[in-house]
Amino acid sequence: MRFVKYVALATTACATIVLLGQVHAAKKGDASAVNVRLSGSAPKSLSEYRFFVGNLADLKPNEGVVPYDLNTPLFSDYATKYRHVWMPKGTSAAYHGEDAFDFPVGATLIKTFSFLHDLRDPAKGQRIIETRLLIRKKKRWDALVYLWNDEQTEATLKVAGTTKDVTWIDRNGAERSSNYIVPNVNQCKGCHVVDKKIVPIGPKARNLNRNYDYADGGANQLDHWTQAGYLTGAPSPNAAPKLAVWNDSSSGTVDDRARAWLEINCAHCHNPRGPANTSGLDLRFSQRDPVKWGVMKVPVAAGRGSGGRSYDIVPGKPDESILTYRLESTEPGIMMPELPRRLVDEDSLPLIKEWIASMHDVK
Amino acid sequence: MRISGTFLLVACLALAAHAGAIKPGPNAQEEIQEALITAKPGATINLGEGTFDLKMGLSLDIDRVKLRGKGPDKTILSFKNQNAGSEGLIVTGSGVVLENFAVEDSKGDAIKTKGCKGITFRSVRAEWTGGPKETNGSYGFYPVESENVLIEKCVAIGASDAGIYVGQSKNIVVRQSRAEYNVAGIEIENCHGADVYECVATKNTGGILVFDMPDLPVQGGRDVRVFNNQVVDNDTQNFAPKGNIVATVPTGTGIMIMANNNVEVFENTLSGNQTTNCLIVSYLASGKEIKDPNYDPYPEGIYIHSNKFGSGGNDPQGDLGGALSELIGKPVPDIVWDGVIDTKKMAGGELPKDLRIYIDGNQDADFINFDLMNALSDPSKAKISRDIAAHAGELPRLKPIKLARR
Repeated sequence: MRFVKYVALATTACATIVLLGQVHAAKKGDASAVNVRLSGSAPKSLSEYRFFVGNLADLKPNEGVVPYDLNTPLFSDYATKYRHVWMPKGTSAAYHGEDAFDFPVGATLIKTFSFLHDLRDPAKGQRIIETRLLIRKKKRWDALVYLWNDEQTEATLKVAGTTKDVTWIDRNGAERSSNYIVPNVNQCKGCHVVDKKIVPIGPKARNLNRNYDYADGGANQLDHWTQAGYLTGAPSPNAAPKLAVWNDSSSGTVDDRARAWLEINCAHCHNPRGPANTSGLDLRFSQRDPVKWGVMKVPVAAGRGSGGRSYDIVPGKPDESILTYRLESTEPGIMMPELPRRLVDEDSLPLIKEWIASMHDVK
Repeated sequence: MRISGTFLLVACLALAAHAGAIKPGPNAQEEIQEALITAKPGATINLGEGTFDLKMGLSLDIDRVKLRGKGPDKTILSFKNQNAGSEGLIVTGSGVVLENFAVEDSKGDAIKTKGCKGITFRSVRAEWTGGPKETNGSYGFYPVESENVLIEKCVAIGASDAGIYVGQSKNIVVRQSRAEYNVAGIEIENCHGADVYECVATKNTGGILVFDMPDLPVQGGRDVRVFNNQVVDNDTQNFAPKGNIVATVPTGTGIMIMANNNVEVFENTLSGNQTTNCLIVSYLASGKEIKDPNYDPYPEGIYIHSNKFGSGGNDPQGDLGGALSELIGKPVPDIVWDGVIDTKKMAGGELPKDLRIYIDGNQDADFINFDLMNALSDPSKAKISRDIAAHAGELPRLKPIKLARR
């Protein structure tokens, strides 16, 4: 009994501290504004943040919550993703041409993962699995994962991660299933780390530079963020870098699209400051040295991930390249990326193979 | 309501007292992982006796946490049924101590530690229990890009790359450990400053490897002492997947130095290694192309002294072993050098003294320089030399590694 009492007391103390740390910009006591805390323990429920209004599963943005999309996204076992950003009133992110924008304290990136029942027909509904938050604190970004209930009425904080069995109908009408991985905080860090600090990956100029169909009409996202007061220092979209859309051949060459796909799916680890820097493989779009992005590069610690192949990329020979071997595998210890996928991305693989097949031998 | 600090402290202590060792069971995966995420810096996480059936890799990113089991044969983290994650356990916090448990049958590496300022492995076993297999994970112990690395009283068995592998790190001690049935028993690669001593490397493909590789963020591997080790009977057929550098290691290699600088090998016992007891080569011997302009492929400042050599070289294996036996017959001498030197560094027709290879005071050692450069173009033109006296002399002794106390 004593034990229970102490816990109750400690909780009360925490709640007091938490209240002091609230940063919602609306006037005190406004129970409808977005509510992001900068200190104290994290809210247990997603609804406490009030990012969405009405029925939670409708993901209808609250005031100040802006939806966005990326030119080329990370493959997550065919999950559909809904991205939103929120910033405290009067604050904005500073534009950056190469890295993710410099977000203000309190800024929150909200990413919801869902499985459409039928990829051919979104109207048939969906099952939302998780919502991940990246919250800009004073000294760091915090990564939090909220797991949705089966009733789709609430999502609760999940620290240790879990797995969920999911099913859907794919684009060819086939029934598919996966044991989807909801990551733990460390697994979030597995990708979201630069120089040992958590950072956002998606919201970079080149990946945001595209149109979005907002409720009040279509607009370029960089322009829209600027007009909404969420971004300062951005050039006009024409002058900003723009990543190809991997599955839209009108958006770039095979090289552009393959490199875009590799940047988004691999370069968060495979860059000189990322978790996979020790491999020496750098898959950023900006890398200009072919050996650095794998051409005739020997593996270092690939182990059985080499698949008995000698080089990461053998020009002209996708089926002799370690890169494709690891993209085609679903076995832990071999497959790349390590997370979050369980399945092979069958849609992008032909692009990567076409890209390698089109390479000429480098002398 | 005001809560006194003392009161909170008491509450914390009460919580701590309730937090005993985590026991095996259906919730163990989440319990361990949650403990690893919510631990305060400096906390100890205890694991109980028994076999933990884990399906996903574990990770630790909090500084100075001690993860402690009841013994390397009593607390077993089994990843036999692992279906996600690239390693059994990954540590990215600094000053972490891992002790008294085993990691078995992970799908990738058993324990990887990256970017740690201070990491200790003590009495930990990493093993693939089905014996040597190509499908085993790569590394047993895999500290990389770390500093002040201590691996002691550990055991590594069955890794398809290296049992104990320290890569791109500095200030390293590996001691009183045992590596068997791995492709490489103990490997120090692209590291600055390592002591490997009082270890046993047996039944591996290669016993102890000191390598430097191109195209990596940390290069110029140097200052490695390998001493007072038993490097015997390394005769397990190379089972590394092709493409990995250790796949080129000839089965039955005792100590192998490739492209590293300032390596001192002394007071070891080397015996029963069927290709050769001690192999010193440039990266050119791997047969791989060098595209990295900043890479130095030559082993320089190598000092092999006061070692005890037994039998060896009776059944040379692999591409190199085959070529050697064709070139020079059997048995292959105890110490083999490919004779490749960086002619650009020569002055007055010879290499500066500190870049040479010295072999001195070894009991019962014979030697050969097989002149790889000429042998490659025309074996009949190779200037093979068995003149061990040409390498007599000594280099300044390397300094012992001192680990920083945290």
